[in-house]
Amino acid sequence: MLILAIESASGQVGCAVGGHEGVLASAHSGQGRRHAEALGPQIDFVRRQAGIELTELGAVAVDVGPGLYTGLRVGIVAGVSMAYALGIPVIGVSSLDLLAFPARWTSRLIVSALDARRGELFVAMFRKVPGGIQRVVDPRVCSPADLASELEVTEERSLLVGDGALRYQEMFAGIRGVELAEQGLANPSARALVQLAHARAMREEFVRPWELEPVYLRRPDAEINWATREGGA
Amino acid sequence: MSDLVLAIETSCDETAAAVVEDARVVRSSVVSSQVDQHARYGGVVPEVASRAHVELLVPVVAEAMVAAGVEGRDLAAVAATTGPGLVGSLLVGVSAAKALSLSWDVPFVAVNHLEAHLYAALLEEPDLEMPMVVLLVSGGHTMLVVMEDHGRYRLLGSTLDDAAGEAFDKVARYLGLGYPGGPAVDHLAVDGDRSAFPYPRALVQENPATLADDRRYAFSFSGLKTAVVNHLRSDPDVPTADVVASFQEAVVDALVAKTRWAIEETGVRAACLGGGVAANSRLRERFVEVCDDAGARAFLPPPAMCTDNAAMVAAAGWWQFRREGPSPLDTGADPNLGLNLIG
Ligand SMILES: [Zn+2]
Repeated sequence: MLILAIESASGQVGCAVGGHEGVLASAHSGQGRRHAEALGPQIDFVRRQAGIELTELGAVAVDVGPGLYTGLRVGIVAGVSMAYALGIPVIGVSSLDLLAFPARWTSRLIVSALDARRGELFVAMFRKVPGGIQRVVDPRVCSPADLASELEVTEERSLLVGDGALRYQEMFAGIRGVELAEQGLANPSARALVQLAHARAMREEFVRPWELEPVYLRRPDAEINWATREGGA
Repeated sequence: MSDLVLAIETSCDETAAAVVEDARVVRSSVVSSQVDQHARYGGVVPEVASRAHVELLVPVVAEAMVAAGVEGRDLAAVAATTGPGLVGSLLVGVSAAKALSLSWDVPFVAVNHLEAHLYAALLEEPDLEMPMVVLLVSGGHTMLVVMEDHGRYRLLGSTLDDAAGEAFDKVARYLGLGYPGGPAVDHLAVDGDRSAFPYPRALVQENPATLADDRRYAFSFSGLKTAVVNHLRSDPDVPTADVVASFQEAVVDALVAKTRWAIEETGVRAACLGGGVAANSRLRERFVEVCDDAGARAFLPPPAMCTDNAAMVAAAGWWQFRREGPSPLDTGADPNLGLNLIG
């Protein structure tokens, strides 16, 4: 089954197409490119590079977050719109899974940490299993200091991946048993999305386009303020 | 060749999709309002709006396509509003439209929201003679434009401070009438005395020639809003219906006075209304009177085409597509997009 993967939950935007034969073509823009501008031409580019028609796709895969809201929405809405238009299902994969997947060679605990802005991180933890990775701690929002003290008390050796880990690296550098992954693993990748989505497609873990739910992990500020005000009144 | 356009509108708090044939036959128009989600905050919250657009977009588009009895590949183009508006909301619609255009292999067209409002009247009256004067009044905009031809606009004037719709919202909020304020004020004003209080009409003079050129067609509503709020503060027992009726009359007076000058000065034979405030019943009534008086035909789109909808985007998109062809796939959203003006 051919899958088009769209990844735009972090500072960069990427797109890839592939299936059981692996990744046929991929593209990603550098940091700072605007997601909505870059994505359309990228989809067209990978389609041409792979030598396929979009009507040949069997599914669309998207990064469902957590991530930077605007980019996240651009990728999700583009993905579900394509799936609707082509009459095919959607596969949603967490950005933190995508970050951890390329590090699956390590025997360490894999800690995905994406920059959530406002001095916070989106974090999840994984362990290598035969054929891939398994999530051991679900995605959540926390401060770099909280993550650092958590890692300090765990005995386990760990590998930190993601742009959040790099941004606050001085907080993690001194912790015993903690290793920081290099820049190449800083962003969720569309190539990893093709691979992870393909495995899920084989297990028929699809949803219909209107059922896909973004993972924001934070409520809108206005909602939080309103709830606080109402609760305190 | 097909002349069917699917359009998507997500510039503010309405998720809308429509299929329009030849810029005149509305085959379907679906508008899913998020008003309930924003009402408790007393205004549109951008992050709440963007999240709702993502949730509603595919269902709304699918409903518009089914209601129109159209398949994606039957379309001549997919259009979307790219600005002005809330950037996060706009990006949802633009990204969806480009993805649909790629999937169905049909052209994408980027549409200016203001231009779309100007086309609402043309949906009903495709053979409207140009040039014509258009009064565009909404929560975000208040402007008087001469539409010389398709895609050719001359700005006569716009608001110096608050938009007319904003003034309605602020007065309604002060009175606790809820959000959005326009319909509430319109409703309550019916029972009020509109000459009860002589609130100020800014920049409206007996003789318009006494105003500087750049002020002749300009509007200002913030002084009016302040006058109403001060009045309510100093006299809390004043009948609310009289206050809103007098306030509404002051807004409408300014709007129609300038429309009248515009018709007289430009000598156009047609004038139309657009934007959410164009649904206001008193404005509609006075607009027709003034146009009749000044010798121009008045065109009022039905209220559902005045407030944000995608049918008007499809109409504007179709005319633009015939003139200029498709828009590039790297088009983004522009929250501050203005009308492309001549002269
Ligand atoms: Zn509008």
